[in-house]
Amino acid sequence: MIELKVVYVIVMRELIKFFREKSKLVSTMARPLIWLFFVGMGMSRLVPQDITGTDYMRFLFPGIIGMTILFSAIFSSISIIWDKEFGFLKEILVAPVSRFSIVLGKALSGTLLSSLQAMLIMIVSPLIGIYPEMGQIAGSVLVIIVLSFCISALGIIIASFYESLESFSMIMNFIVMPMFFLSGAMYPLKKLPLVLKYAATLNPLTYGIDGLRHILIPHGMLDFPFYLDIFVLLSTSAVFLFLSTYVFERGK
Amino acid sequence: MYRMASIIKTESLVKDFDGLRAVDNLNLEVEERTIFGFLGPNGAGKTTTINILCTLLRPTSGRAFINGYDCVKDAHRVRSSIGIVFQDTTLDKDLTAYENLLFHAYLYGLKREESKKRIEELLQFMDLYDRKDEPVKRFSGGMKRRLEVARGLMHYPKVLFLDEPTLGLDPQSRAGLWEHIVRLPESHNVTVFMTTHYMDEAEVCNRMAIIDHGRIIAEGTPEELKRMVGGDVVYLRAKDNKMAKEILKERIIADIEERNGEIFVHGVKGDVCIPEIIRILGEQVLSVRLQRPTLNDVFLKLTGRQIREGSPEDEFKESIRSYRRRFDRT
Ligand SMILES: Nc1ncnc2c1ncn2[C@@H]1O[C@H](COP(=O)(O)OP(=O)(O)OP(=O)(O)O)[C@@H](O)[C@H]1O
Ligand SMILES: [Mg+2]
Repeated sequence: MIELKVVYVIVMRELIKFFREKSKLVSTMARPLIWLFFVGMGMSRLVPQDITGTDYMRFLFPGIIGMTILFSAIFSSISIIWDKEFGFLKEILVAPVSRFSIVLGKALSGTLLSSLQAMLIMIVSPLIGIYPEMGQIAGSVLVIIVLSFCISALGIIIASFYESLESFSMIMNFIVMPMFFLSGAMYPLKKLPLVLKYAATLNPLTYGIDGLRHILIPHGMLDFPFYLDIFVLLSTSAVFLFLSTYVFERGK
Repeated sequence: MYRMASIIKTESLVKDFDGLRAVDNLNLEVEERTIFGFLGPNGAGKTTTINILCTLLRPTSGRAFINGYDCVKDAHRVRSSIGIVFQDTTLDKDLTAYENLLFHAYLYGLKREESKKRIEELLQFMDLYDRKDEPVKRFSGGMKRRLEVARGLMHYPKVLFLDEPTLGLDPQSRAGLWEHIVRLPESHNVTVFMTTHYMDEAEVCNRMAIIDHGRIIAEGTPEELKRMVGGDVVYLRAKDNKMAKEILKERIIADIEERNGEIFVHGVKGDVCIPEIIRILGEQVLSVRLQRPTLNDVFLKLTGRQIREGSPEDEFKESIRSYRRRFDRT
């Protein structure tokens, strides 16, 4: 059962909190830009074009959009841990609302916030020589939204296993950073050692970034067919949504 | 579905936490529109009981009903019937008072117009209207508590749970909050189920239960419980204590002693006994005072302990709580 009012108010709360804290917006936007320009410029001298299929900065760009989504979607969802720690989650849990509505509200907040940030990053694309047409923009936005939803739902699953804020650095170091490095964001999967390559194929972010590359730099180095990217993203999103409802209900 | 006069009912409720029995065979009944006090020392099982009643915990065995609905099988309906103020605050400190209440209104599916009216009315009732647009992190402990009570009442619950509502508040805020709580059954048509450490708070409850180690060790009105310790004590000073004592011993059936220049008359009904004494001794009496037994005496008699032994551990727990209440995420 979905209670629209509940979904709506949970999303509104996250939006209000996010925009009230301007420094949060600045810092989450700064990270991808720093990576794009500082890491990207440094690496572009080292990586020959035949490996990435295009100039390195352009190759990196979809990866940076993926990074923006990864960080902001996970942060948004693990605010559930904050809500546990500061008690607010109890206020939600004693209310006569279905757990699915709560989870959906959280997942949609993460989707909205991280899509928004990813789209803001899209604006700088001309600076690195990507000039998307209307169709490309629309396609990217769709992939961005699906990927954001998928990662947000994953974030809720992660949050269900932790009780307190101390787990934050655990999640950063053992889940978020490995997911970023094993996603093909910074280097083509083809060049990875076999074990890592397999690990990367289990990472939904890999397919999101590959999907964005299909749209934004179709002549660059691609790992999977586009339809596979979309299929994996949609199916993992559905699975994660139901899994997150399940673990959320059980874990509280 | 279970229907009868009691709005809260538990039947042999038990809750075990791996090896520890936190709630032990609890049988409770609370009448509608009364204030019920749940009194007990740290770790007695008060919060655990509330968590079961408000559907956050499943009992190990036994059953609990709110408003006739089973707390396990009919959790959804139970949730609609209750409002709750948890022991540790559960407000969103980044949101304003108004926003916290509005969030609650949406969560409980109140109509837009109605929730606006209700929020304003409750903020007025709790004397918070002037501060409604301030973020909660700027509120004092007492204001936060009042806001939580207001929030708990938003959706017209049948039962309002208050878990240590005045804990960690200074005496003035305590009194301020208290004044509001005692009016609730009348003003908001709700049954109040509250836990407390404070004996003076328990005094105003219509009925109360004393719980220790998960078990109810006494139940009744505050008056009934106090009678258990054996009535009042009348302290008396007469012109000639020796003689007065002898006269009283002949005429009144009670324990009478003389110590430190005062005569003690134990175990009587003070309000009846004093006029009697004065009638008997007349001019002889210099002064009379009456000491009523406190609930603390009751607890002491039943358990051999003060309700607040003040073990270092408890005080530590307490200070952390009040610390958190004050500095919760700024
Ligand atoms: N989640 C839990 N896991 C294990 N033990 C628990 C849990 N919650 C409570 N307990 C234990 O159950 C007992 C009862 O705890 P409870 O919180 O109900 O006491 P209380 O009467 O509310 O005490 P206080 O006055 O300190 O709030 C305590 O011994 C406590 O340590
Ligand atoms: Mg407690």
